[in-house]
Amino acid sequence: MTSSLALSSTTFIYALASTFYIASFAFKKQALAKIGFYTLIIGFVDNTAGIILRWIESYQMGYGHAPFANMYESLVFFSWTVAVLYIFVEFKYKESIIGVFVSPLVFLAIAYASFDPSISTKISPLIPALKSNWLIAHVITCFLGYAGFAVAFGFSIMYFIKPKDPASPSIFAKLPSWELIDELTYQMVVFGFLFLTIGIITGSVWANSAWGKYWSWDPKETWSLITWMIYAIFMHLRMMRGWHGNNLAWVSIIGFIAVLFTYFGVNYLLSGLHSYG
Amino acid sequence: MKKKQTIPELIWQFFCSVKLTVYTLILLAATSVIGTVILQNGAPQQYLKLYGQGGYNLIRILSIDDMYQAWWFLSLLIILCINIVVCSIDRLSVTWKIIFPKKVSFNADRFRKLKNKITFSGNKEISALVKDCEAVLGKSAGKIIKEETDSGVVLYAEKGRWTRIGVYVVHVSIIFLLIGALIGALFGFKASLNLDEGATSDRAFLSKERVPIKLGFSIRCNDFDVKFYDTGAPDEFKSSLTIIENGQESFTKDILVNHPLRYKGINIFQSSYGQSRSSSPESIVIEVMERSTGKVETHNMKLGEKVQLADGQSSFMLQEYEPHFDFKGNNLGQAFVGTIKDNDGKEIMVGLPLRFPTFDKMRKGKFAVAVKEVEQKYFTGLQITRDPGVWYVYIGFILMIIGCWITFFMAHQSFFIEIEKDRDKAARISLSGTTNRNAQGLKLKLNTIVKKIEGK
Repeated sequence: MTSSLALSSTTFIYALASTFYIASFAFKKQALAKIGFYTLIIGFVDNTAGIILRWIESYQMGYGHAPFANMYESLVFFSWTVAVLYIFVEFKYKESIIGVFVSPLVFLAIAYASFDPSISTKISPLIPALKSNWLIAHVITCFLGYAGFAVAFGFSIMYFIKPKDPASPSIFAKLPSWELIDELTYQMVVFGFLFLTIGIITGSVWANSAWGKYWSWDPKETWSLITWMIYAIFMHLRMMRGWHGNNLAWVSIIGFIAVLFTYFGVNYLLSGLHSYG
Repeated sequence: MKKKQTIPELIWQFFCSVKLTVYTLILLAATSVIGTVILQNGAPQQYLKLYGQGGYNLIRILSIDDMYQAWWFLSLLIILCINIVVCSIDRLSVTWKIIFPKKVSFNADRFRKLKNKITFSGNKEISALVKDCEAVLGKSAGKIIKEETDSGVVLYAEKGRWTRIGVYVVHVSIIFLLIGALIGALFGFKASLNLDEGATSDRAFLSKERVPIKLGFSIRCNDFDVKFYDTGAPDEFKSSLTIIENGQESFTKDILVNHPLRYKGINIFQSSYGQSRSSSPESIVIEVMERSTGKVETHNMKLGEKVQLADGQSSFMLQEYEPHFDFKGNNLGQAFVGTIKDNDGKEIMVGLPLRFPTFDKMRKGKFAVAVKEVEQKYFTGLQITRDPGVWYVYIGFILMIIGCWITFFMAHQSFFIEIEKDRDKAARISLSGTTNRNAQGLKLKLNTIVKKIEGK
């Protein structure tokens, strides 16, 4: 099996998992969500295999680097982190309905990586600046951070569609209790915040050992700091000002927009040290 | 009547509001965007071209061309800093007594009224139940305070009181980062130096001001090497540097990207490379073809070198390098000039422009000479920095991770168990708890405690 086969089948399996989740939600069939969960786990295993195979293949080609070196590889890894985080959450909280809001993100990221023609799927050699052990620590922590915020974003959406009236006949009335949504969103933001913090720090220490400057206001750095500040605002509003519900969900959504811009916008619209992915 | 506040009190109050924190963070986040969209540290012409005279004037007034060092951006950072310090002191003065109490005490009535109270019955003697509860509570929390009441026994235990300090650790870490940055800005520098192979320099050029700065020692570039992948992209570049101090060679080290040299607080990084313009090429591969036979011979030559050609009588000498070779009034660009001596002893001047490798064929001489390859000397692009503040920043980093971990994943939890006589033999046990964060986690913990007590 090759990594490209593994990763294209992953895309398909993730698509299937999202479909099961959405169908479970739409037809109010709990069993479909269970199938969705197992499908997601299979996709995740496949995704893991794809990443490992790609890693091995890069060694066979003589380049020998972790598969975190370009946009394609980062998107594949992004899907992986969101999937692992969501599987953990569903395992812990036993609320499969929330998968409706997360599994499409897992699918979309890897689908975008595979189908956008401007994203090269080739394994390319590592430029000298990226040859460092910090690469793995930096990428993994940053993407765990992104994943936390992505899942928090999925949960925040629930605030806007869950009917305020508990007796409402809408299918959205089945969503988890307000307390649980609040708790889950907060936990995910906290997770994301901790890992984004570590991600920025590892990047900073790396920059200091590669360029002699731990901070140079490069657009990627600046945008990650902007994201960090938005979520710092989120924490202070929740813990010190008692914000909850819709208002706080807006902050989480704005934060995720900043994450997306840090991830994609900076690469496509601005120039800087991170232009490689 | 409300007492009129003094000005220092008002200032203190201004700085100890969380609203100020939120607004300052919003402003910092929003203004940071500007510097990612508008070119930083560019030349005036670039701004004039992009934004016109009016736009450029505005950029100059607000220092947007260097906005992260602009007075207003630094002011925002200072406000945030004061805000953090004042807020922390203000809150810590209250919570200090909670974090480090003289004696841990509890209010039984408060726990009796808690929503998360779980009540269940035990079919044992009260004394035996108390023992069970003590064992479980002691294991999952810590030291137990036991009190007798009119109707039975109450137990209290807590853990993680110290974790309330976590958020202050995060705040202190930010102060460390800003102090480190300040020290770096005041006493550090960032400079660059392009050094030809074989050349030595005792100074570098500040990146922003573009003025030379003395390093206190000299750097010599012994050698520079660059390797490429098959794709043509650079794989690795490496410089061999020797540090020379007081005229004596101190030591030699190879530096690569990501593997700098650090000496006396000064860091030397491999950042770029290029072909040396000032010095002459290292070696030139020359191809000489005998026109009558078509036989080709190649020679690896240096400037000023003379080689005997294969016929045994003729010779070729490579004389000089000409950056702008002139041929009948046309500038043919970079070229080498040599002389070829035929077997008849006549010396002919030949021009070998790099852009036109077949140029010498047109001379229609006995031999046609061409430049096959030029091994130009490289220069190594070094980035040279000094930043005595970096250790404060690193301490800040470590404190921030520890502080975040404590704040997010640890909590101050208190547990309260009341054991009362219910009927003849049975007893009623009530368990409740408080926490300063993560109520959900506490709920789960209370449930496991109940299960453990019931399992005894």
